[in-house]
Amino acid sequence: MITVQDLHKSFGDNEVLKGINCEVEEKEVVCVIGPSGSGKSTFLRCLNLLEDITSGNVIVDGYNLKDKTTDINMIRTEVGMVFQQFNLFPHKTVIENVMLAPRKVRKISVQEARERGEALLKKVGLAEKADQYPAQLSGGQQQRVAIARALAMEPKLMLFDEPTSALDPELVGEVLEVMKQLAKEGMTMVVVTHEMGFAREVADRVMFMDEGIIMEEDTPEIIFTNPASERTKNFLNKVL
Amino acid sequence: MFDFGQVIDFLPQLGKGLYYTLLISIVGLLIGFILGAIFGLGRISKNKFFFIIASIYVEVIRGTPVLVQAIWLYFALPIILQFQMASITAGIVVIAINSGAYIAEIVRGSVDSINKGQMEAGRSLGLNKHQTMRYIIWPQAFKRMIPPLGNQFIISIKDTSLLSVILVPELMFQGRYIASNHFNAVEIYTTVALFYLVINFSLSLLLRYIERRLNY
Ligand SMILES: Nc1ncnc2c1ncn2[C@@H]1O[C@H](COP(=O)(O)OP(=O)(O)O)[C@@H](O)[C@H]1O
Ligand SMILES: [Mg+2]
Repeated sequence: MITVQDLHKSFGDNEVLKGINCEVEEKEVVCVIGPSGSGKSTFLRCLNLLEDITSGNVIVDGYNLKDKTTDINMIRTEVGMVFQQFNLFPHKTVIENVMLAPRKVRKISVQEARERGEALLKKVGLAEKADQYPAQLSGGQQQRVAIARALAMEPKLMLFDEPTSALDPELVGEVLEVMKQLAKEGMTMVVVTHEMGFAREVADRVMFMDEGIIMEEDTPEIIFTNPASERTKNFLNKVL
Repeated sequence: MFDFGQVIDFLPQLGKGLYYTLLISIVGLLIGFILGAIFGLGRISKNKFFFIIASIYVEVIRGTPVLVQAIWLYFALPIILQFQMASITAGIVVIAINSGAYIAEIVRGSVDSINKGQMEAGRSLGLNKHQTMRYIIWPQAFKRMIPPLGNQFIISIKDTSLLSVILVPELMFQGRYIASNHFNAVEIYTTVALFYLVINFSLSLLLRYIERRLNY
């Protein structure tokens, strides 16, 4: 589903990604962990070209993102993204948030978009909030709407950038629950997270990122119990 | 002592002035809004050429008094171009160009003030840049523009009173004409001031209403 080859990314002369290589298979759930500032968000954002790629190749669903002929808007319809700060559209109701992109990009009818939107809101447990505005919702509810909004495009792949980091602790669980469900249904997911419990339980593979490279990647069992690198060990000692 | 009753005799003439004041304000601000939208986008454009043109326009207009702009346009430009504009046309052009520069800054500031996560959320859903601007950024920016736009509209309406110096037959021009012929400065200028106050206060109420309607 994703192939990354020697990905480099610089902001000015600050090289943030220093040669990333990895693969993500269909239906795989990969969690990315690592210290703050190590380039996790930047890496994730390169996967849907929210950041342009300095050098290297990123191939998503068979399309090379560096290729000038690749239609980036088309790729993005296949790649859902969930942000730390939710980024819901505050001037639109919950259901309008979910319906907008399918209507304008997929050009489906209002009727169909509404049905799809209502089904997704039900799935994330927010059917009764359809006509409220984001500001009227709790953080956990907003993030679940954001997940529904991304799913409304029927993506093949979902990217999550610390989806629970902005939430009060008691609201984290409801969001992780939705993500677990999604993983169970076979969605391909790349999740940047500090929720080690989630990574351990749900991930097929965990990548440890440090200073712009993937230091180590393995099954959660190995990463969390017997990591190869000293760096990984130190990091896990600090966060666990 | 003061005879405000006599003002009634001059109402038709003041009404004519009011008509031109409103005409120039409305047409001038409509064009100003379009100029402001275009050059405001220029100010946030990645296109260097468009950005520089927009910046020069904004800086030149903000850096010179509206009175000087009016006089220059009406008395100096015709000498350069060998072509004299009608004073009402010149008045509209002055209000349009002047308000356009300030509105451009309002547009730029409002669009800039929308969290960049909004653009990213739109783009990550597959909306193109144009669609994201249209459905996500503009509606939010527009709401933030209303209070400063209202301010600018009021300033521009008051600026039209300066157009009497280029012989635009607007409200202030008529007031001066009447007062200097009939020696009733107190009655006439008070009435003129009230006219401006009524226009601007009505506009304030209208904008407040619109803002409330756009609440979410
Ligand atoms: N838009 C940007 N411009 C300049 N520097 C950036 C930008 N985004 C991120 N960086 C820098 O890249 C580094 C990695 O950031 P990030 O990918 O957000 O790390 P993480 O998500 O692992 O905390 C940081 O040093 C940050 O300052
Ligand atoms: Mg981050």
